[in-house]
Amino acid sequence: MTQPVANQPTARLSDAAIRRQMLAEFWFYFRQNRGAVIGMWVFLALVFIAIFAQVIAPHDPTQQYRDALLVPPVWQEGGRAEFLLGTDAVGRDMLSRLIYGAQFSLFIGIVVVAIALIGGIFVGLLAGFFGGWVDTVIMRVMDVILAFPSLLLALVLVAVLGPGLINAMIAIAIVYQPHFARLTRAAVMGEKEREYVTAARVAGAGKLRLMFKTILPNCLAPLIVQATLSFSSAVLDAAALGFLGMGAQPPASEWGTMLAEAREFILRAWWVVTLPGLAILISVLAINLMGDGLRDALDPKLKRS
Amino acid sequence: MIRFILSKLLYLVPTFIGITIIAFGFVRILPGDPVLLMAGERGISPERHAELSAQLGFDRPIWEQYFDFLGRLFQGDLGNSLVTKKPVLDEFLTLFPATVELGLVAILLATLIGVPVGVLAAIKRGSWFDQVSMTAALVGFSMPIFWWGLLLIIFFSGVLGWTPVSGRISLLYFFPDVTGFMLIDSLLSGQKGAFASALSHLILPSVVLATIPLAVIARQTRSAMLEVMGEDYVRTARAKGMSQARVVGVHALRNAMIPVITTIGLQIGVLMAGAILTESIFSWPGIGKWMIDSIARRDYPVVQSGLLLIAGLVMVVNLLVDLTYGLINPRIRHK
Amino acid sequence: MALLEIRNLTVRFETSAGAFTAVDGVDVSVDGREVLAIVGESGSGKSVSMLAVMGLLPDTATVTADAMIYDGRDLLAMPVAERQKLIGREITMIFQEPIASLNPSFTVGFQIEEVLRFNMGMDRKAARRRAIELFDAVGIPEPQTKLDAYPHQMSGGQCQRVMIAMAIASNPRLLIADEPTTALDVTIQKQILDLLMDLQERHGMALILITHDMGVVAETADRVIVQYKGRKMEEADVLNLFENPQHAYTRALLSALPENATGDRLSTVADFMAAEAIQ
Repeated sequence: MTQPVANQPTARLSDAAIRRQMLAEFWFYFRQNRGAVIGMWVFLALVFIAIFAQVIAPHDPTQQYRDALLVPPVWQEGGRAEFLLGTDAVGRDMLSRLIYGAQFSLFIGIVVVAIALIGGIFVGLLAGFFGGWVDTVIMRVMDVILAFPSLLLALVLVAVLGPGLINAMIAIAIVYQPHFARLTRAAVMGEKEREYVTAARVAGAGKLRLMFKTILPNCLAPLIVQATLSFSSAVLDAAALGFLGMGAQPPASEWGTMLAEAREFILRAWWVVTLPGLAILISVLAINLMGDGLRDALDPKLKRS
Repeated sequence: MIRFILSKLLYLVPTFIGITIIAFGFVRILPGDPVLLMAGERGISPERHAELSAQLGFDRPIWEQYFDFLGRLFQGDLGNSLVTKKPVLDEFLTLFPATVELGLVAILLATLIGVPVGVLAAIKRGSWFDQVSMTAALVGFSMPIFWWGLLLIIFFSGVLGWTPVSGRISLLYFFPDVTGFMLIDSLLSGQKGAFASALSHLILPSVVLATIPLAVIARQTRSAMLEVMGEDYVRTARAKGMSQARVVGVHALRNAMIPVITTIGLQIGVLMAGAILTESIFSWPGIGKWMIDSIARRDYPVVQSGLLLIAGLVMVVNLLVDLTYGLINPRIRHK
Repeated sequence: MALLEIRNLTVRFETSAGAFTAVDGVDVSVDGREVLAIVGESGSGKSVSMLAVMGLLPDTATVTADAMIYDGRDLLAMPVAERQKLIGREITMIFQEPIASLNPSFTVGFQIEEVLRFNMGMDRKAARRRAIELFDAVGIPEPQTKLDAYPHQMSGGQCQRVMIAMAIASNPRLLIADEPTTALDVTIQKQILDLLMDLQERHGMALILITHDMGVVAETADRVIVQYKGRKMEEADVLNLFENPQHAYTRALLSALPENATGDRLSTVADFMAAEAIQ
């Protein structure tokens, strides 16, 4: 049947106008997905909390109140008004630690995606554009990386590099990078033979220019979707590494690290265990909701399902 | 079909070589002296240092070491653990069944629940069932499973007292290893209550490990079913007057399962990563916990060979998935 | 009395861009043993109206009609289970894309024997025997071995023969053929049409042939309905229609036939639409 189209491109438009129209169309589809919009608001709230953590947090996240060890949340018997969500085993305010934890998660997500995206695009462009043995070698290396379970490889890499947040992020980025390389390569292969690329080549565009200016913008959609997915997985995996003692090190208020410290109290103080995990779940869920909406809005082929 | 298998096998050779290079290389790319690194903070005497260097072959050229490593690999010699001194392969084989048992039960749970849920969500698209189950699937997909495991322990072990917190079976029971699978061995032993104990130990870990695959399988099944239900041949089946159950359960499902089976196969890698976390939470004596402990103990021969074995395993499973894909998809089978 | 009589059929689709009327107040009637052609270009709603009869439209479609009477009974009023018994038994349908219309995961034998077993109550052995006869009847060589083939191993023409064999397996009284030859090679088109006409005559069934090809109409139909943008433009005996087309759109369709070409270029239906816009 006839496919509903939000905007029919009519007369010749300037680049800026086309871009505005594409954005409007994107927003039209994105808005229809209620979950995606909710996810976006939650994510924006997280960004806000992370940026203004110093202002919002009632306490210093590392300040230990020796008279207030394992104080339960305020609504529970024994709770204290100054510690809304209670305190941990060494008397640090849970709420403040959770608020500062948002900084870690967003930072991890951004850095991991940035490294994996840039590395993957570069490698994928090389493979897709040059083909031949360059392609074979690069893609085989990617295959090898993908043959390892991602968390295991990240763990071993961290073991090699030494535990810590930065190394954890590098390790996770290395493990994620093949996905971007594969996507870029596939897109380049598909786009390479299209008329506009041939036209650009005939017009005398250099290879580098051709790769970055002509082909890349046309394979952005799948990369954006993959980037969102990787963002949420990065938050999860970094928390997992933290939980296993290989990520951010105490006393950092990274949520996974907080969970690791809280493990021994799981049957005594539910809040020290429940709350950091809930924070991880909510952020990852929000990003995934957004990712679903992005995929639907950016990829018309998937729109129907 | 035989050519299909051979070409797949051939394709794996360079990947496998790559895996050996990574497993071999990771100790060597460490900055500084690997022997000192293995020794860790405790330090090491010069004699012991020389002894270890020679034992591990670090005094020879790197390519010679690599081929030596490969040669020993093909003889089934994966080195000895620095901590227990036992051959790595033996340790692996002892612990492996525990992980397989956990993984199999988890993937079974995920498939047996995920596929029907996905099918139902697809045919009742837009209904409350669809919305609830797909929301739940997204939550499951976003779940930090190490936390999920802790929550389940708090509730089922702490509050209700229904399930044990760790291990594979109560210490009260002792019986010989026959298959390595506790569920089967406990039955074979004939001891009263042994099977129930094994089962109660297995429930929480397998639920935790099944969570993400379950979510992925349910989502993938739903979208595959939706796509297939729009195909011409499904319309034909309806036009032939076939019942709804037959149209969905035979004509649509058979085709929708082709991508779903691939997805299920690809969950093996996810399961291995999940096993590391799950086994560590529930003190499940499998290879996930073994790897984590060895990394913490800097037992590099174990980490190196464990990495190799696990990656090789994932590779073999992926090959089997590819072959199954060929088997169930006539369009490939008859090429 | 007509075998199938539809009065004032309307089909609407709910889309995200609003409601869309695909079929708008169409009347169709076909007698037993008659060949009725429904002609129109794609998007004219000719397939949609027949899919509505079969109950094969998606949930987004709303079907209304004053009457949809098959053999004296109203299809829209009867219980779903009862209608289900007619579909695939008394009324069958074949489609435009024969290869895509067959299930790629099952042998063609499985797919035809399924009809014989579930609709005709045969056991496996009887179904197998009958399937061989049917394949023979639709001109598939070596029916015995072809039964074990998968659709992708057969040509488009052979797949359409399989579809036809499935459609006549339950001795239907009405066969609806939706553009049965459009996706096939020109040389095969004629064979398939001949087969359909031959079977129609021998089984004494009614045939509704949906097509956009006036050439096909001339060769096969007793009566013709011309449809455009969801509306019926004209209905006539085939001879009357070709000799004395009443509607401008019909004339446009006829002049698009190669043998009616005048001058150096074929006229297209778009010319008609342009002419109509000027009026």
